[in-house]
Amino acid sequence: MQALYAQLLVGLINGSFYALLSLGLAVIFGMLNIINFAHGALYMMGAFVAYFLLSLFGLNYWWALFIAPVVVGIFGMILERTLLKWLAGLDHLYGLLLTFGIALIVQGVFQNYFGSSGLPYAIPDQLRGGMNLGFMFLPVYRGWVVVFSLVVCLATWFLIERTRLGAYLRAATENPTLVRAFGINVPRMITLTYGLGVGLAALAGVLSAPINQVRPLMGADLIIVVFAVVVIGGMGSIMGSIITGFALGVIEGLTKYFYPEASNTVVFVLMVLVLLVKPTGLTGRAA
Amino acid sequence: MTATRPGSAAAAGGGTILDVKNLEAWYGESHILHGMNFSVNAGEVVTLLGRNGAGKTTTLKSIMGILGKRTGSVRFNNRELIRLTSDRIARLGIALCPEERGIFASLDVRENLLLPPVVREGGLSLDQIFELFPNLKERLKSQGTKLSGGEQQMLAIARILRTGASFLMLDEPTEGLAPVIIQQIGHTIARLKKEGFTILLVEQNFRFASTVADRYYVVEHGKVIDGFSNAELPANMDKLHGYLGV
Repeated sequence: MQALYAQLLVGLINGSFYALLSLGLAVIFGMLNIINFAHGALYMMGAFVAYFLLSLFGLNYWWALFIAPVVVGIFGMILERTLLKWLAGLDHLYGLLLTFGIALIVQGVFQNYFGSSGLPYAIPDQLRGGMNLGFMFLPVYRGWVVVFSLVVCLATWFLIERTRLGAYLRAATENPTLVRAFGINVPRMITLTYGLGVGLAALAGVLSAPINQVRPLMGADLIIVVFAVVVIGGMGSIMGSIITGFALGVIEGLTKYFYPEASNTVVFVLMVLVLLVKPTGLTGRAA
Repeated sequence: MTATRPGSAAAAGGGTILDVKNLEAWYGESHILHGMNFSVNAGEVVTLLGRNGAGKTTTLKSIMGILGKRTGSVRFNNRELIRLTSDRIARLGIALCPEERGIFASLDVRENLLLPPVVREGGLSLDQIFELFPNLKERLKSQGTKLSGGEQQMLAIARILRTGASFLMLDEPTEGLAPVIIQQIGHTIARLKKEGFTILLVEQNFRFASTVADRYYVVEHGKVIDGFSNAELPANMDKLHGYLGV
């Protein structure tokens, strides 16, 4: 039983990263119509910014949690302004190729300077240790990651589905031309939206640094699974990507317990099944 | 709220508020407007008439700045718009109610209504809007596209009345609607005119247009080919039937 709970926890942790990343992808896809293959590289940059902040400036984890998403978000907005904006109106394939190219360049640069092995990033003092819950031992940091990710996901959902700013965003996703004709600076909104999605990826990177170490290819490994999650959940649905992210993490964890051989492929098997039955994904709208 | 609306009849002294000269516009590769010339005075209701495909909707869109390419001159309150983007044009006090209504499916009625930002003072309050369109008040929580066609049209008009824009462009507001709703929209336009709004209307329903308009321009092949006032209408009926093919 202990092992089952342990795998469930691992599943929830992975689910947290899936949810944060697929949420950012969904927001970006909705507004920019770009399948952001650079997402994994930006997630990795978040972790590296946390590492630099600590090693070069002595700024700890709590600072990183705030600064890394902002720094990487600004980097993302520069990418959008200089490169991605030229893709407006073109086929999805162009965005996919461009962002894939950006990912390769960013990862290549980091690999050149830091190699492929991981750099350590310590768990902050306040979150060390663990709690005995009776039925299992819960490392505090892991519990924190799950709870904090959930809070960030729900806050993002609230921002998009329940606020004025979110209404602009949803409307501009549907009909950017008309929203602009109402007097809203849509190009600026697109840039900020990309920054938001990228910031979420960087935040996930910081959260992951103490668990998975800081590696140039940490995002490349993760992003393939995240895209499967997005395909299963359906592009463009905010709540759908949150729920699918957590659920698939848990399913993966359960598979590790019941049938470990399939744990690396279960997400892709589910993706195939969902595509066969409902090609737009579980919560997706038809294009 | 009546006479002091900025850019309204009182503010402009009833002079020309919109002056369109040699306006040409393109949809991608196809050249749609071939030198439109017309003007609208403050406080007027002016209707563009013409057959399908004559370029009426394109004219409204290019005034609003939402077509890729346009040349010539569009002056609003003596300010040149031809190089401005649509968000900046909207902020000068021009609002468009598009033909397809543009109600957002992912927004509820309240969100749709509150979507266009207030660009200047003098817009209608929500209470005044609900007085004009009582149906909307009942349906605030509904998804925007769950409304009936008439209600969607009312919502599309209502949301641009809040913004303080004094120059409204309505593209076929009666299209596909029941007579009783057309009548309600007619009353609304008359009321808006009384309150100092200037309205540029595109309408296929000539009988409807004749109940609300002060002046008419006839558009054919992307050009204004004729124009007359409501008083000159009886004398021009035969000619008009010829233009419109009715």
